Amino acid sequence: MDNIQVLLQAPVFNLQLLIDGLLIGAIFALAAYGMALVWGVMNVINIAQGEFVMLGGYVTIYLSLAGMHPLLTVPVAFVALFVLGWVLYRAVIFRVVDKDLFISILATFGLSILLQQLANEFFGADVRTAESGLDTVFLAGGTVTVAQIKLVAFATAIVLGFALMVFLKNSRLGQAIRATAQNARAARIQGIDTDRVYATTYALNAAICGAAGALVAMTWIIHPYLGLAYTVRSFMIVIVAGLGNLLGIIFSGAGLGMAEQYAGFVLGAEFQTAFLFSLLVLILVLRNLSLKRRRKYLK
Amino acid sequence: MNDATIRGAVYVLVASAGLVAPLLFPNFTIQLAFLWLMVLFALTWDILGGQMGYNSFGNILLFGLGCYVTAVLQRDTELGFYVSLAAGMGLSMIVAVAAAAILGPLILAMRGHYFAICTLGLGIAVADIFAGWDYVGAGSGIVPRLYPGEVADRNFFYYYILFALAVAAFVTLRVLYRSRFGLAINAIRDDEDKAEAMGIHTTRYKVAAWMVAAFFLGLAGGPVAGLVGFVDPRDLAFAGPTFGVWMVLMAILGGKGTLWGPVIGAVVFHITQEFFWTYFLGWQRVMLGLLIVLIVVFFPMGIMGWLREKRPRWFGEVVRGEAEAKAGERAA
Amino acid sequence: MSALLEVHNVSKAFGGVVANRDISLRVSRGRIVGLIGPNGSGKTTLFSSIVGYHPVDSGSITFEGREITSLRVPEIARLGLVRTFQQTRIYGKMNCIQNMQISVPQARATVGEMFSRFPPEVTDKAEALLDFVGLYSKRFLRAGDLSFGQQKLLEFAMALMNQPQMLLLDEPTAGINPTLINGLIERLQRANADLGITLLVIEHNMRVIMNLAEHIYCLAHGELLADGAPAELQKDQRVIDAYLGAH
Repeated sequence: MDNIQVLLQAPVFNLQLLIDGLLIGAIFALAAYGMALVWGVMNVINIAQGEFVMLGGYVTIYLSLAGMHPLLTVPVAFVALFVLGWVLYRAVIFRVVDKDLFISILATFGLSILLQQLANEFFGADVRTAESGLDTVFLAGGTVTVAQIKLVAFATAIVLGFALMVFLKNSRLGQAIRATAQNARAARIQGIDTDRVYATTYALNAAICGAAGALVAMTWIIHPYLGLAYTVRSFMIVIVAGLGNLLGIIFSGAGLGMAEQYAGFVLGAEFQTAFLFSLLVLILVLRNLSLKRRRKYLK
Repeated sequence: MNDATIRGAVYVLVASAGLVAPLLFPNFTIQLAFLWLMVLFALTWDILGGQMGYNSFGNILLFGLGCYVTAVLQRDTELGFYVSLAAGMGLSMIVAVAAAAILGPLILAMRGHYFAICTLGLGIAVADIFAGWDYVGAGSGIVPRLYPGEVADRNFFYYYILFALAVAAFVTLRVLYRSRFGLAINAIRDDEDKAEAMGIHTTRYKVAAWMVAAFFLGLAGGPVAGLVGFVDPRDLAFAGPTFGVWMVLMAILGGKGTLWGPVIGAVVFHITQEFFWTYFLGWQRVMLGLLIVLIVVFFPMGIMGWLREKRPRWFGEVVRGEAEAKAGERAA
Repeated sequence: MSALLEVHNVSKAFGGVVANRDISLRVSRGRIVGLIGPNGSGKTTLFSSIVGYHPVDSGSITFEGREITSLRVPEIARLGLVRTFQQTRIYGKMNCIQNMQISVPQARATVGEMFSRFPPEVTDKAEALLDFVGLYSKRFLRAGDLSFGQQKLLEFAMALMNQPQMLLLDEPTAGINPTLINGLIERLQRANADLGITLLVIEHNMRVIMNLAEHIYCLAHGELLADGAPAELQKDQRVIDAYLGAH
């Protein structure tokens, strides 16, 4: 592990990893926020979360190939995935909302496989990226490089996240969503159309992931199989931060982003996903152990 | 003809069919061998998923360990082919069972969806680790010892091993499900908190269940590696997106929580698979995703579950409203 | 008679809400003791604390002279302290006989025992107990298909099958048809008299508990309000006020 030596001898490399981690972490946090929304409102753990990110990325890739500036594709991806999310809710998800959580996990798992394989068939398995044509910023005397697009993406993710929070707090629909999350029956009695709320929530989640995917396409890479990794990241962040805690989600997202950068650097790129999934197992096992001491278990 | 006779007849029929199938259809020996592997996958998944209520997405790791341990033992020792295979399978079984015994108390302490997602992560993590570990060939995998004979004989050889393993698994589970173990894991499924409140050693039974699954999955690894001819970490050994998911689907399709359900589900699924492979090559994975959604949403009770609702008496169940309980057999 | 169960100054809070504050009680071997109090007074919480369902904040609990405060639910159950649930919990997909069989005492779990079949004596005992509660003719029905009242009886039979030293019964007559309540009371008394099982019973039905119990503890607002013989408690003004006209 001589890479660790590098980190110790030249502290400035740490800065590179931390910055990269933070910037990508904001995107992770965005996807996690969407997952928390669907989980909290509908009690559905959306395993297809990462596939929505992936599809959003492809929207950006194809539109930018057609000449649109990548940043402009973000709202397009948002809308496109909103529509997809709505359609999927009406076709499949509404049937599993009231059922046992395992049914909804399996159903969204099936959807994830379906979407992933469709993407593979239509878009090919190659790794793609969308050029943004922006420059690189150099910090710390040239040893730390930050692509400007990453900074823009970071800012966009933060803005989107806060816009979402404001929407949920202040708009009528947002309040209906929050009321349903707290108590669906009571909400229905109050006249709220919970089915509509569920559809909107699921579609909104897909849209958020789509936007996140658009940002990923610009700052990183897109391929049909990156979905599960994003689903797992979102799940981990929600587990660590808790369902309602936006600030916690941002911090956990940043933390995860940084942890992954370090793992990639120290262990090598081929072990980065191994690290991610091992971390999931570790977090769950530790969480559960600590609950066991209080004679509870993860619910 | 009473139920015991019918049952006996079915067993004899299936056993004979299994014994003569590769002789009648030698060109399909490999596919038939895989059929028995699917039966084994579905049966072992159902111990945890259907009978105990712990839906695992990570059972594949026990099979993968089996593949690798046998292949590594064959690679690193100078034993003759048959001895190395037998020793390899034995060691594979031990390693798989040990893995279940060690990981079990930690992983099975989680419930419901946390357990499901944790096992999913575990399966993928192990796959990625083996894909990067040079000792076991990293991404290139390992080539197991080659069968000393003609290809046709090799196929027969491995076919009968897998057939025997599938039958052994079925018979073992039939006995186990009628024992205290069977009722204990059903109790855990129906109400784990109640089971604890009645003093049942839930952790012990849960880990034991996983160890039983590990026993057969571990044993199956070596023969499958030999049949395929190559242990690839992601496409064979720890093939989560294929075998790992199929296990779940087959058991649900056939009817989870029953003895014959996984068997029927495996047969139906495997035949459907082969059909798709022939006619829809390339789209089969898409179909798989669609199939999962359709089954989970519209047919979660599976074939056996559906039959049970239509004809409860076939299962020895007593329907409400019957004044005298029939001296029916215990539910299969 | 020696105290079988002793609860010393047990307190339990959930978040900011104090469910049990400084509660002490004792149950002597072979007795039937009642636990009453208006809704929300902390009775079920106390049961859950005693059987180890959650850790207590302070205090100690001993059973047969042995400290059980930090033991877990299955361990306490294996010591012979078994509880039934207010919502009635049985194994829904298994039939009644199977529910009974798996309820045998689980003291030793050697590998041999875990994988062995139940001997015929177990099945005989299961049938006898099902008969005792009047469910013999329903023994092959799925437990989940029974009516609520029948499930309650099954749960009781399962508890007896476990050969406990002491049973904590959480509202055993709730939801039962009034015409069947006397039958249930009689069975409880027989379990106590013939099988020697000590009973601690949470009850809302005053007629039932006043006739059944030899000693009664009354909780209100998480605290022990009063305790004594049924006749005394019926006249105790504090108890009457706590219920304030409610049953």
